[in-house]
This record gives sequence, structure tokens and C-alpha cells, in this order.
Amino acid sequence: MATRLKEVDALMVGMGWTGAILARELTKAGLNVVGLERGPDRTPGENFILPAIRDELRYVQRLELMQDNSVDTITFRNAASELALPIRRFGAFLPGEGVGGSGIHWGALHWRFTPADFRIRSHISERYGAKAIPEDMTVQDWPVSYEELEPYYDMFDKVCGASGKAGNLKGTIVEGGNPFEGPRSDNYPNGPIKSAAPSLMFAEAAKSLGYHPFPAPVAIASAPYRNPEGITLGECQYCGYCNRVGCEANAKASANNTIMPTLRSEPKFSLRTRAFVTKLVYDKPSKKVTGVIYTDMRTGEEYEQAANIVVLSSYVFSNTQSLLLAGISEPYDRATGKGVVGKNYCYQFEAGAAAFFEDKEWNTYMGSAGVGICIDDFNSENFDHSGLGFFGGGYFICGQAAAPPIAGRDLPHGTPRWGSEWKRATMKWYPRFARFNTQGSVYANRENFMDLDPTYKDAFGRPLIRMTYNGTENDHKMSRYLLGKLEGIIKAMNPTHYDMRPRPRNFTIVPYQSTHNTGGTMMGSDPKSSVVNRYLQAWNADNLFIMGASVFPQQHGYNPTGTLGALAYWSANAIADKYLKSPGPLVHA
Amino acid sequence: MVDNTIPRRRFLVGAGLASTAVAAGLASETPNPIQAEISKTPVPAPPSAQAARTEPELLLALTATEAAFISAAVDTLIPADELSPSGSDCGIVIFIDRQLASDWGGGAKMYRSGPFHKGKPEQGYQLALTPRQFFQTGISEANNWSQKTYGKELDGLSQAARVEALKAMEEGKAEFASLGSRAFFNALLSITMEGFFSDPAYGGNRDCVSWKMLGFPGLPATYANKFEEYRSKRYVAPPRSIVDFS
Repeated sequence: MATRLKEVDALMVGMGWTGAILARELTKAGLNVVGLERGPDRTPGENFILPAIRDELRYVQRLELMQDNSVDTITFRNAASELALPIRRFGAFLPGEGVGGSGIHWGALHWRFTPADFRIRSHISERYGAKAIPEDMTVQDWPVSYEELEPYYDMFDKVCGASGKAGNLKGTIVEGGNPFEGPRSDNYPNGPIKSAAPSLMFAEAAKSLGYHPFPAPVAIASAPYRNPEGITLGECQYCGYCNRVGCEANAKASANNTIMPTLRSEPKFSLRTRAFVTKLVYDKPSKKVTGVIYTDMRTGEEYEQAANIVVLSSYVFSNTQSLLLAGISEPYDRATGKGVVGKNYCYQFEAGAAAFFEDKEWNTYMGSAGVGICIDDFNSENFDHSGLGFFGGGYFICGQAAAPPIAGRDLPHGTPRWGSEWKRATMKWYPRFARFNTQGSVYANRENFMDLDPTYKDAFGRPLIRMTYNGTENDHKMSRYLLGKLEGIIKAMNPTHYDMRPRPRNFTIVPYQSTHNTGGTMMGSDPKSSVVNRYLQAWNADNLFIMGASVFPQQHGYNPTGTLGALAYWSANAIADKYLKSPGPLVHA
Repeated sequence: MVDNTIPRRRFLVGAGLASTAVAAGLASETPNPIQAEISKTPVPAPPSAQAARTEPELLLALTATEAAFISAAVDTLIPADELSPSGSDCGIVIFIDRQLASDWGGGAKMYRSGPFHKGKPEQGYQLALTPRQFFQTGISEANNWSQKTYGKELDGLSQAARVEALKAMEEGKAEFASLGSRAFFNALLSITMEGFFSDPAYGGNRDCVSWKMLGFPGLPATYANKFEEYRSKRYVAPPRSIVDFS
């Protein structure tokens, strides 16, 4: 029997980006907040320091910062007709664990979705005709507009100390920025990160073809910076250890170095780590989640923590699993298309290329995501899809993000993988290659979804979440189109050799592709087609607010963190401003 | 073709040759200016590594037969040439032994509940074996196949025959009774590359030999003041490991 703990004003299930944002904003509103985190605590001063942080084997290969699959994992199949099997060790995507969550080891590409993305179903119907969207494409409009979200995007930019070049400042197009972005109320708090040599070549080639290159926007400070929390960030050191690693320079934003320092000294906040939430306690008649059950992993003891407000701020898979286990809202049924929990699971449809330049000499191990140059000409509704046979798109990036020796090397296709010839090729090309990526969207399809696995269980005996996902015809066509355009730019860069790297027909769970899993608890304008309303409040539990990319109706051609951070601030503002004054549904169905 | 057959237990003392081999390799062959530059400024070896070189290495996970197989395999995948000493002289056997003895080798952070099904390749690794058990099984399979095909285990073969044997495994043509030879080869190649390129703190990449080959400076990796100056020319610095800063 779980020990019952005294009710708190608000509790967070998961202390990554969104848990930290909500905890901070709700303590500001005067609430007593408890943060429950399944993993360990991590602080920059203790965990992200030289020399131990420069350990590619430990962090990049052995996945130090990732969730422990021995405790729980997910099962996967390409189609509903197949048998799902457990992911025994993460590969294609890497959810993080511990305070800071996946926001510690991200690459920190920091984007906003376009105004058109937020009303994609309406936009496509208006532009290409009411019947343009295929029947199986279950894309939905967001129940919030770009304009409504903009102040919160801006706030998140400032908390992160984001670096970049505005392309649209209050409606005025600014030379050198992204002309396709929605209007910004303010510049990036920091100027762009310095560009790498191949990025500059890419910019020149793209410009010669009439495209619009601009520096990659990142949540990495290009100069020392003080954020609105009064916390100072350092300057990017171009060390090349962004992905899968914490930032030694204190320049890459994570909850750990932008919000947690303030939160830790806040008496209204208390943090409990190694506290694994196994259940939301749902009272269906009153439409309330009265608290959660969690296990203290240090003692094995079970607790019931009651709370007035519950914020579900875990990763996409755990968010969806928690709702399915608690029976909150109707599970999605693929056969009928009815139900909402687990619906519209989406991913990021990335494909890339590598180019090799015999006459160049670069330090490919230096860099960060921010040294890249992007174009956004083939993303979203920035280009005409008439006659193309697909919708969606993605931005292109070329840069040095970077090339650590174990996993970061690259060789032309057909080079031997071992032996002296391999060694000579490795030595020749290591300083002479550039990589490219297209950040393809995934437009929801009725065949791609999540539900509970009938066979496999986690360490607590709970059914694992089951993912049914494959690339759709639409997304494959989109990706091939993007690669065709990218190839044109690469040719204009005049490489000695290049390899285009299209996606395989089937989605595979290895190798690594992207930790941009979205959907499952999507937001929308009514309870029939969504789990949460425009303020991220659950339609069927007034005091439950769900954070993160699980609320995305589909995934657009940009990294998700900028938008999920903005949504967290938008939701926190609605809780403080509206919900606390009058607890109950903020939108009437 | 010279028969480079390595006696089974050579590798136990072979570790002692590493520093000499590395030094000789870099001093006599200077294939690029970076290596020339680096060899002028030798990095002091960590005391523990120096001590290890005078003693035969203790194995924590591998049996002598397994170590002999790994030694033969890594010396074929990473042969001694003008760019580096052989895989075993770079410390890769010790690296692999330590990795298989580590929590990772024991299957930490791995979901190991059944039922077990083969699944589709898209579903990734589906065996009940930990990495340590996987390598034990794979080595035994590879030696059995080698015995059947060539009349000797891998470490008893000539260099040319070892290359042929590993190629057969790489292409999945070597018939193993249990796990697939291609899967085993890929795991073997992957852990060998980890040993060659990871920080020397883990026992491989002795004297930062692969980092010197690549021109990778290792630590501390703080380039804010260098990034623009060295945008289009090589930045040369003697590589430093985690151990040098500890």
C-alpha cells in the first residue's frame, strides 16, 4: 500500500525542459511545487566539467545520459499486421533521463514553426482545394496560432540565450536572416554563431541558385549572456561535443543551466529524484487527477503524492503511456479512426548527404550545430506543392556539428571499412568532408500510432507502450524531392565526390536518426479530435496539463524544442492567469 | 606472402612492445606535417599506462583463446603500417576485454525480458545475450567455422587467410550455427573502432595514436578563439587525453 503524502499545489511528472519551465512559472505564481524525476540530478558544475565530459565512448557510444531500457522501453513494429518487439537498447532515437531530460544532450537547433504550420489543414485546403489532403493523412490545425504563441517563443529565446539572425522583424524582411519565418517581436538575444568553411561554401552555392541562406538558429550563446532568470551563460567554445553530451562551456541551453539554478533556491520548490511515477490517480466522475503513484527507486517504497494540479512533463512515450494506463480519454482505434490517445504519432523524416573536397583542409572536429548554414526555401508552405504529389518539406543545413573520432568520421561510399586502405582513406578524408541534412516533416497518417503492448512489460509490471510506425508514401516523396534540390546545391559546391543518403523504405530502429518523436496526446479544438485543449489542459481532467511534443498534432520540418518550450510558457501563463482564478475547464467543449 | 602467424599468447607480452612500436612508427614515417609537428612534442604517457607496459596484461573477461582470436582479428582490421601500429599494439585487445567486463558488457541498461523472437532487421537486436555473451558466442562460432574451413582457428591463419576469413564474415558468407556471421563481424568491427579511436583512458588508442593519425587534438577542445583563424587551415596540437588532465 502506497504511503500517502500531503497534497501539494502542483506536481511535475518529469523535470526536463517543460517540467522546469512549469515549476518555475508556478512557483512565481505563488504555488508550492514538487518536481518528480525518474532519473538522477545533474548540475553543470558537477556533471558537465573537464576533463570527464570529453568522453565520446561514455556519452556518445554508451549513452550515459539516456533512459535505462532495463527499467522500461517501447515496442516497435512497422505495421499493425506485424508483431511488435521491444527496443532492447535505444538506437534511432534517444530519450534522456534525469533532471534536464533530453534537453541536456540535444544539438540545440532552435526553431519556430511557420504561421502556416499552425493551420496546416486549413492552409492546404484553401491553397490546393478542399480535396487535396489524402484521406489517410490525419493532419490537424493547431488550436493556437503563431501570433498567439509568438510572445512565448520570444520568452523561450531569451531564457535560452538563443543565437541567430532574424529574417522577419515585426513584418519587415531582414537581409541575411530567414525570410520565410513568421514575424518576430524581437531579435535573437545573441548574434549568430561563427560559420564553418563548408557552411559558407553552401551559402554561396545556395545563393547562386536563388535560395535564401542564413545562419542556423541555436539555443547556444554566441557570447556571454545573462538570461531573464539572472543566470549567466558562457560563450560557445566550438568544442564539437553537443549531441549526446552536456555543455562544458555552459553555452548550450538546458533546463539545468537556464532555469534550475533559480528554482533550486526557491523555497516553494522541492525536487525528488529517482522518483519513478508509475500511475496517474484518475477520478473519472470529477474529471480530476488527484495525484500520482511513484516508487522511490532508492528504497523501493511506493508513495501516493496528492496534488491540486498535475503537470505531465515526461517524454512523448511516457506521456501517452500514462494516459492509456489511467484511462484518461479514449484510446485511438486504427480500425475505426475513433479515439485520440496514441493518435497521430509522428517523427522527423531526415535524409542527408556527405561531400568530399580533395583540395580543402578543415578541422572537422571543431564546431557546434550553430556553425551550420540553412535554407528554408523547401519547407512548410514556403513553396508551391501543386502537382508535386506530396505535402510538407524541411529546412536544409550544411555544417560541422562536429566529427568526434569514433562516430564522426565519414568516407565516400565504397571505401573499405577496415585495413590499410581504409586507414589511408580515413586520414585523407577526415579533414575534407562536409555533411548535409534535410529536416523533413512527418504529416500524420492513420496507420501510425501508439497503444499498449499486449505482451511486454516494464520493471513495474506495466505494459510497455507500443509504436506502430513507417514512412508514408507522402513523406518518402517529400524526402526525395528535398534530396533532389539539395543535390543541386552540392553540385554547385563542386566537390571531388559526394554521396546522397536517401532514407530506406522502412523505418528502422537502428541506426540513430532523430529524437523528434511527436504526438499521442495531441492538442486540438474539441475532445473528439484531441486530448488537450489550446492551453494544454486535458479535456477529461481539468487539473491535468500535458507538456512536450506529445501534444503536437503532427511534426513539421523543424526541430521541436523551440515550439514545445513556447507552448510550456503559454500554458503556464494560462494556468497562472486563468486557471488559478477559476479552476475548471479553460475551454468549453 | 609472409606468414605473420602470431603465437596464441604473444599478445600477453605484446603489450610491452606498444610504446616502442608507436614511437618508431611516428619517428620514421612522417606522412603529413601534423604528425611531424606532433612527434616533436611528445605527450607524457600516463603513469598507469607506463606501468602496464612493463607487466603482462591481466584479462578480466576474455579467456586466452578468446584473447588470441581478438588479437588476430584486430591486427587484421587495423594492421601495422606506416600510419599506426597493429590493433593489439594500440591496446585494442585490452580495450575490448575491459569493455566486455564493464557494466555495458554485462548488459546494463538493456531490456532483457522475453519472449524472444528473431524479428525483422528493422527491429534491431533481439537476442537474449549481453554483449559479453554475444562476443563469447561469436568468437566460438568464428573459430569453429575457421577450423572447418581452413583447418585452424583464426589466430593460426596467415594474414592473407585472416583477411579472407573476416571478409567472409563481413559479407555474411561464413556459416555460423547460431548468430549470424555478419552481425558478429559488425559488432567486432564496431568495438575495434571504439578501441582504436576512444580516449586512451580505456586502454586502446595508446599514446593517442589514432588521434595523431587524424590530427585530432583531443582535450581540452576549447576553440572559441581559434575557430575563425583556423577555418580553412589545419590546427596542429599534440593530442591530450582525459588522463593528461586528471
